[in-house]
Amino acid sequence: MRVTTAVETIRDTPLEIGGRTFQSRLMVGTGKYPDMDTMVHAIEASGAEVVTVAVRRVNLDRSKESSVLHFLDPNKIFLLANTAGCYTAADAIRYARLGREAGFNDFVKLEVIGDEETLLPDVAGLLEAAKVLVQEGFKVLAYTNEDLVTALRLADLGCAAVMPLASPIGSGLGLLNPFSVRTIKRRLHVPVIVDAGVGTASDACLTMEQGVDGILMNTAIASAQDPVAMATAMRLATIAGRAAFLAGRMPRREVAMPSSPTKGMLD
Amino acid sequence: MDVVINGEQRKVTPGATLLELLKELELDPRAVVVEHNRKIVRRAGLEGVTVKEGDAIELVHFVGGG
Repeated sequence: MRVTTAVETIRDTPLEIGGRTFQSRLMVGTGKYPDMDTMVHAIEASGAEVVTVAVRRVNLDRSKESSVLHFLDPNKIFLLANTAGCYTAADAIRYARLGREAGFNDFVKLEVIGDEETLLPDVAGLLEAAKVLVQEGFKVLAYTNEDLVTALRLADLGCAAVMPLASPIGSGLGLLNPFSVRTIKRRLHVPVIVDAGVGTASDACLTMEQGVDGILMNTAIASAQDPVAMATAMRLATIAGRAAFLAGRMPRREVAMPSSPTKGMLD
Repeated sequence: MDVVINGEQRKVTPGATLLELLKELELDPRAVVVEHNRKIVRRAGLEGVTVKEGDAIELVHFVGGG
């Protein structure tokens, strides 16, 4: 099946982060795929240009094991190293530096996790690490919760983008707090990319309808029964949500309003 | 000579440079980032650093992640 849309007619500006321009507002991760072939096809189906990767130890006993880079063409996609799994500012800074060395750019998706069960961010550590990394010339995309004040502080520190969560990482609970995400978008002058928690296409669509600049997801695609098909759904949902936001939705009403004329009814 | 590589105690040839160490481990220097005693050593510098007893070396690369 081939799904076609007439979305080419949407007038939208490209997404600009830290001096780089992207056409796709959907960013995807590379974790948890059943195999590399599925990952490659899912990324292609998603239309994403920005793809996240993690920094980890090389497996010394299986030296022929390839890094994920073996399957991704850095000329076609923009690799965004993350600091996933870091629980202190110092660790996140260390991973960010290693990622810059391993990668092809000075962008980092900064995560400082504060709680193992919820993987919610440690905002104090996040602000501390963001400050250091911005000073070192990194373009920091900061993964944070949906707290406006933290988002404002991250933007003030010079982060290239702020990434509030939709819901906890890998939870698939969708956008739990549309109001806060909308408020963050309204108040910040840097791009707002919602990261984590999306479960299915309607979540992506609803998120983009809030007016945010983009969305990043991994598990929703990788853990779908058919990751490539879900990647297509996410691509379309992201476009649909963005288009609906740009179109401007009708006001909500508590009472009904007839769509058909009330005049001209028979006696 | 004992060093710690990726958290594991390992025997390496005394007097080896970081570049030689990578060769010993059959790792492509273009595919890994080397951290030597908490300091990143760039590819061009790998030849110039001699590994010493007890050194802590981390060899990392990119893996799938979100």
